[in-house]
Amino acid sequence: MLGEWILALSEWLLTLTQGQEPWDAYARYLPRLMDGVWVTLQLVILSGIAGFLLAIPLALMRIARSPGLWMLAYAYIFFFRGTPLLVQIFLVYYGLSQFESLRNLGWLWTDVLSQPYWCAIIAFTLNTSAYIAELFRGAIQAVPVGELEAAQALGMSRRQQYQSVVLPRAFGIILPAYGNEVILMLKGSALASTITLMDLMGATRGAIARTYLSLEFFLLAGLLYLLMTALLIGAFRLLERVYNAHQHATHLSVKKLDAQLRDEHLEQQVK
Amino acid sequence: MPMSASQSTQPKPCALEVHDLHKRYGAHEVLKGISLTAAEGNVISILGSSGSGKSTFLRCLNLLEKPNQGEIRLGGQALNLSLNSAGELEVKNRRELENMRARMGFVFQNFNLWPHMTVLENIQLAPIQVLKLSRQQARERALALLERVGLADKAKAYPSMLSGGQQQRIAIARTLAMEPDVLLFDEPTSALDPELVNEVLSVMQGLAEEGRTMLIVTHEMRFARDVSSHILFLHQGRVEEFGSPDEVFNHPTSERCREFISSHR
Repeated sequence: MLGEWILALSEWLLTLTQGQEPWDAYARYLPRLMDGVWVTLQLVILSGIAGFLLAIPLALMRIARSPGLWMLAYAYIFFFRGTPLLVQIFLVYYGLSQFESLRNLGWLWTDVLSQPYWCAIIAFTLNTSAYIAELFRGAIQAVPVGELEAAQALGMSRRQQYQSVVLPRAFGIILPAYGNEVILMLKGSALASTITLMDLMGATRGAIARTYLSLEFFLLAGLLYLLMTALLIGAFRLLERVYNAHQHATHLSVKKLDAQLRDEHLEQQVK
Repeated sequence: MPMSASQSTQPKPCALEVHDLHKRYGAHEVLKGISLTAAEGNVISILGSSGSGKSTFLRCLNLLEKPNQGEIRLGGQALNLSLNSAGELEVKNRRELENMRARMGFVFQNFNLWPHMTVLENIQLAPIQVLKLSRQQARERALALLERVGLADKAKAYPSMLSGGQQQRIAIARTLAMEPDVLLFDEPTSALDPELVNEVLSVMQGLAEEGRTMLIVTHEMRFARDVSSHILFLHQGRVEEFGSPDEVFNHPTSERCREFISSHR
């Protein structure tokens, strides 16, 4: 198995070094692939943000005391975590058109709900929001109860407690896992090509259909996906550094701290 | 409002009155009817061995724990408590509860600062949100309080960068920023290294001298004796002894209180 792969890889490298054909094809199709990269990034970023926003009310419903609320959220999460993303995409793309009432919605139907682009975004948003809601639920419950009591004891309303203490704290806690979820989403987004969307995967398959250079283009697509992943990892690392600054502050050595912020006790320990 | 000791000739208005407070966890009754009256400017230390119910009592006062029976009056005004289905007393109107809590400051054993906010943000959050101060007013108030607890240079620091003693002083400043009528301290120095205890106690002593009404659950006997106007000794959920520090420390009438005092000398 591995031997075959190495053989195929060296064959491909050989064509690259010896023949001109793959290079010409790359030059010709790279603009289309880059358009695909852009579509993929749009899918991931839009559904990543929308899924995050949808996850907050879902998580709050999930921990609500009212059975009606939490069972609804539970069923939603159970469904979207329990069925394949591909099935969900098909359900949205092929399923929505079954509803007469939706087809009569005018521009909302013609420009949004019947478009593969928006169908993919809707499916990804629904799917990722289920996962993020579960992350959020865990993080909300992980916020130390004392921090909540401090807010209560100061007379803050429940809304204020959640807005200023619980949700910001929970966001800091899920940030690394959220980054992971967005990266999974990036790779899952390749499924969008199955509903005719020209994302990176769609563009790649289009190029292969015309050139028959399947190995060459799949390798290039893999490389581009890898680059996008690296970009997202970097972005999330930056976000974490800024948002969770309080966690990184303690990792600095005492000497590096602003002199004003130095703590006498820490200084004594260092000496 | 700070009151000086010279006004003590007139009877002081009641800051906090508690009548017959009960708290049960299942079948276990932790508080078996505690009554207490704190006049304005009183500093009442609450002593007792562990399990005597002193922290529970304090937490019941601002309803962090829900008592099962009893009455609480803050500044002469009774709280509207009604029984819920679990047999616990609740304030029906959340606004009333929030109002009451805003007037009753609470300092925790574990500080409970919010780690994702700087010291300044910790202090100014509740005044902005609850008292509706402007950002500028809240900031000025916070900075003045930081000055007062001796940490003016830490405004931009995060709690995790500070020692326990510093964090507790910040937590006290956060509570003071609400300008509460009554201050409750739940073992404020128990989580601290011994060498950090005094910096917190001296801030509290300053508050006592200012004439603030304070209820302090503590194990610091010397502090309780020197600073308090009254001592409340709890045993198994009952008030076993109540009186001036001199009475309680030097002439306790109850056997249990005598044992407790002598074992903590």
